[in-house]
Amino acid sequence: MTLLVAKDLSVNFQTNDGIVEAVQGVSFEIAAGECLGIVGESGSGKSQTFMAAMGLLPKNGHAKGSVTLNGQEILNLPVSQLNGIRGSSMSMIFQDPLTALTPHLRIGDQMKESLGAHRGIGGSEAHRVCLDWLSKVQMPEAERRLSQYPHELSGGMRQRVMIAMAMLNNPKLLIADEPTTALDVTVQAEILDLIADLQKNEGTAVALITHDMGVVARMCDRIEVMRHGGYVESGTAEEIFYNPKHPYTQKLLNAMPRLDVVHEDRGKRNIGESLLNVSDVKVHFPFTISKGIIPRTVPLKAVDGVSFDIAEGETLGIVGESGCGKSTLARAVLQLIPPTDGGVTWLGHDLVSMNRNKLKNYRKDLQIVFQDPLASLDPRMTISASIAEPLKTFRPELTKSERREQVAAMMERVGLDQNMINRYPHELSGGQNQRVGIARAMINKPKLIVCDEAVSALDVSIQAQIVELLKELQDEFGMSMIFISHDLSVVRDVSDRIMVLYLGRVVEMADRDSIYKDPRHPYTKSLISAVPIPDPKIERNRTRLKIPGELPSPLNPKAALRFLPSRLGSKDAGYVPRLDEVAPGHLVAEHDPLEVILSQDPLAV
Amino acid sequence: MLNYVIRRLLIAVPTLLILIIICFYLMQTAPGGPFTSERPLPPQVLANIEAKYGLDQPHYKQLYNYVVGIVTQFDFGPSYQYKDRSVNDIISQGFPVTLTYGFISFVVATIIGVSLGIVAAIRHNTALDYIAVGATFSAQALPNFVMAPILIYVFTLKLGLLPGGGWNGGQWQYLIMPVIALSTSFFASVARITRSSMLEVLNSNFIRTARAKGLSDRTIIWRHAMKPTLMPVVSYLGPAFVGMITGSVVIDMYFSTGGIGRFYVNSALNRDYAVMLGLTILYGGLTVLFNLVTDVLYAWLDPKIRY
Amino acid sequence: MGMVKDPARVEAIAENIADAQAVKGRSLWQDAMGRFFHNKAAVGSVFVLAGILLFTLIGPFFAVWSNEEIDWARMANVADVGAPSIENGHFFGLDSLGRDLYSRVIQGTLTSMMVGVVGASVAVVIGTLYGAVSGFVGGWVDNVMMRTVDILIAIPYMFVIILLMVIFERSLFMLFVGIGLFSWLDMSRIVRGQTLSLKQKEFIEAARAAGVGWFVIVVRHIMPNLLGVVVVYATLLVPGMIMAESFISFLGLGVQEPNTSLGALISDGAGTIMYDQIWQLAIPLTFFLSIVISLFFIGDGLRDALDPKDR
Repeated sequence: MTLLVAKDLSVNFQTNDGIVEAVQGVSFEIAAGECLGIVGESGSGKSQTFMAAMGLLPKNGHAKGSVTLNGQEILNLPVSQLNGIRGSSMSMIFQDPLTALTPHLRIGDQMKESLGAHRGIGGSEAHRVCLDWLSKVQMPEAERRLSQYPHELSGGMRQRVMIAMAMLNNPKLLIADEPTTALDVTVQAEILDLIADLQKNEGTAVALITHDMGVVARMCDRIEVMRHGGYVESGTAEEIFYNPKHPYTQKLLNAMPRLDVVHEDRGKRNIGESLLNVSDVKVHFPFTISKGIIPRTVPLKAVDGVSFDIAEGETLGIVGESGCGKSTLARAVLQLIPPTDGGVTWLGHDLVSMNRNKLKNYRKDLQIVFQDPLASLDPRMTISASIAEPLKTFRPELTKSERREQVAAMMERVGLDQNMINRYPHELSGGQNQRVGIARAMINKPKLIVCDEAVSALDVSIQAQIVELLKELQDEFGMSMIFISHDLSVVRDVSDRIMVLYLGRVVEMADRDSIYKDPRHPYTKSLISAVPIPDPKIERNRTRLKIPGELPSPLNPKAALRFLPSRLGSKDAGYVPRLDEVAPGHLVAEHDPLEVILSQDPLAV
Repeated sequence: MLNYVIRRLLIAVPTLLILIIICFYLMQTAPGGPFTSERPLPPQVLANIEAKYGLDQPHYKQLYNYVVGIVTQFDFGPSYQYKDRSVNDIISQGFPVTLTYGFISFVVATIIGVSLGIVAAIRHNTALDYIAVGATFSAQALPNFVMAPILIYVFTLKLGLLPGGGWNGGQWQYLIMPVIALSTSFFASVARITRSSMLEVLNSNFIRTARAKGLSDRTIIWRHAMKPTLMPVVSYLGPAFVGMITGSVVIDMYFSTGGIGRFYVNSALNRDYAVMLGLTILYGGLTVLFNLVTDVLYAWLDPKIRY
Repeated sequence: MGMVKDPARVEAIAENIADAQAVKGRSLWQDAMGRFFHNKAAVGSVFVLAGILLFTLIGPFFAVWSNEEIDWARMANVADVGAPSIENGHFFGLDSLGRDLYSRVIQGTLTSMMVGVVGASVAVVIGTLYGAVSGFVGGWVDNVMMRTVDILIAIPYMFVIILLMVIFERSLFMLFVGIGLFSWLDMSRIVRGQTLSLKQKEFIEAARAAGVGWFVIVVRHIMPNLLGVVVVYATLLVPGMIMAESFISFLGLGVQEPNTSLGALISDGAGTIMYDQIWQLAIPLTFFLSIVISLFFIGDGLRDALDPKDR
């Protein structure tokens, strides 16, 4: 039975630069109880389609066409009538859980008002319904949450609240706009499982909007591929993944990094001597707890004893979820943040104790590419000026025209058009800006480059291009790379060896094949099982390893013992699990057997 | 939140003390004292007078006595100019007047300003919005010393509707023009801040969620948008209050209401430092107190601070 | 290993840059200027201000009477013959003492605008330096500096200014000192906030990672990015200065005679409205309002131009 029918839906926006056609005449259907995936990159119009259906377009947006829910026309319905439908027959959850909830209202109040507005339920009955739904979304300590404020909950918990709130009135259709993009991988897996369960148990149809092919492979019955405001291909999940017809679909599938299959063999890798040695580095930040009259400080242990080394020409991937300290570690290695403890040796020289002037000389060889391409460039400088800056610093003997030559050559090497030299960052796309960032980092031929989530903010197809570029540059110039990301698939594609971090400590380190084929540590296993693979048959038949409980706060001194609960007794509270070498080059942190971990009370830590 | 209040208090007290000390030393360094005026007094008489007012003691001792006097008995000392009155007398005579119309002006400015700002934001980009913005711009350029004479000209001289001055125990006819003059430029600022704050809040993600839940516009504005909107407004109320205090001087001059503002200007022209010092401290204390209240109000609005 | 595989090719590229039409990028400033000139109110205000400025500069050439000369013939009967007229040379009429209002208004406007600009400039320089240093150095230095500002802001500055004017003879200098003592406080807070947020931006970190020294970072990266905020608030400070000075002059504590300012003129004019000599109030008031409202529009326009939400 068809639930939602859209015919020739178009959305345009009136902007200062003219009229922008975000959605150009799309038609689709959603049947009751099915999950439709709308997949596309940024700017494809996938969100605007459903914003229009829900009547949530901004004032300068206009929608045309037809959208019917259960036969009733809902597009451009006057707000007073639409309010009876949205939140009850049809609801929507959004991408950013951190800002999606009203900050000054308690969770319980926000949930109950939805019940009151649509079903006239109040008081203790409403309380019961809310509690009921919070347990259905597997919220730990549900009763307590109802009286808490949003800022007291983590991102994953807030998204659960959003889902519960959306489901309170038993809608026929749940629209999920990038619901897990802002969440950690393991949390994403849980939320997706939750949505799938709701679809099955409550019979709710789901419209899942995302850019992640792995997510749609796991969740969706049918898929629409969207590009530049239109659908380029539609079909069932099997059709799309195993028999894509449109070149864009094929391009998307090819660009998507897969955890289980490594794209191409890079041929012989020239790995030389060890260049960088990091030894038991710790970075502790003083964190002020301002609850009492006199504020206390406790140490926030962002990095708590990490050691590794890197050889010439090799790529080390560092992977972990939010709060694991990977970015802090990178900055500590480059001495952008002073390490609290531990040593960093570069080509035999100790960087930690070096004075600032001497350190500057070494910066020529130690470079970094940042996550946000636009934010990492000075908005008031042209891109050629930004690329030239390291030249000015380290090779002052060059004349202006010599500098220009070098900049031009580098720009061509990274794939930037010559006539862009006078452009400003805000005139370029994210991918182009990231090429600028890479050009700037590479201009002095450094020996080590740190890529800190360098491709995380980019669309999938652009991401693939940048990753290719990095590999080519490494093959040509032979520099070493530290590649940091939360995305295990990309890391596996790029790296020779991979290091898994958890709350500032190394839990496993091995070469990229061993990590995937023979993970030993429970955290690594749960991480791998959570990463969605863009292949419906494989993805739906996987069993997931779920470690109970939320990610503990780094302020919690017992946090590191989550995988060693046998040591949680009072005497061993400060115990640091040691790293064992279980196979040549394969290090694993000490941990309890899986059954012990899975059976522990999630609230114990 | 109690801790927050206590911490704020701990900042407020030194602020006040510093203010007192600064003003006190400014007085001391001033060329010419209250008694060295056109006709030089014989030294003997001068010495006697100074002894009477305690001016012959070392500075720090004077300061100490002064502060103690204020803290323990709320005594600001005798006036230098009005020989039979103490500063306290002057304050108790004029302060209630100033407080009355000041408070009313403040409340009026806040209520009208916030309401106008909200309405303009809700009806963004309509004629009402443009009129509101234009009106507030003009009103902001009309400080009280400009409004007062205009009001008197129109309502007293030309139309003869309202009395041009006096206080008469605070009857409404005597209150209207002072309140209008004092509150005009402030309600304009409050309106502008409210409007831009609400516009920003209405664009935020949590309002989008509230819409998606199918809540009525009224619920959304009152339950979800109001508190975050008011936060920058509350922050502005502190400086607004200070401005009103300053403005009361003009009101007293124009409308002869007999508030302490007039005494302030007179004492300034007559170099009655005792009164000036006392009034400055009084105003300063009020300001600090008011800032404390608005800080607490702000904390109440922001759950991140409360919990 | 050479960076460039083919030197000849690079030469060719470099030459291409030299004579090719490299597309000139549009900097953020140019974008902002574009937006500003679309704002009709702001542009109109610029013209109004320019007009007033022109008037003060050229006006004196047409003046028949000076600003302190007393017209003995008419001074006794200002109410009847003191109204503005072209024939007797008193284009704006007489003030209550029989002086030519035209010249006095010119002089007053000039004084007020000068106070506004100089006052705002002082506030900008001091406030920017203070705020930038505080935000940049951070740590306990920042804490101390900002606590000081907090305490100073809590002091009702008008009273301190009045105190100062009374204690240390009235003069233009004292006026500047008084206003200057307090006007930089707000600016320092704003600049500090902006500096703090800039410091955390990734492009500053990128510059550090690229080995650029702190001083160069401040000059090359931080200052240009502070300029936007500073310009906007400076423009909004000028009317504030003018109003503050007018208020003080109004109380009788501002500039000394025969110098005058718009505030003093308004004060005088307000005192004579009951005698129906409204031109004495209306004309200075018109100038005052025009300047202040124009500055409001310009400041607002600049703020919208430099800080559009879509960027």
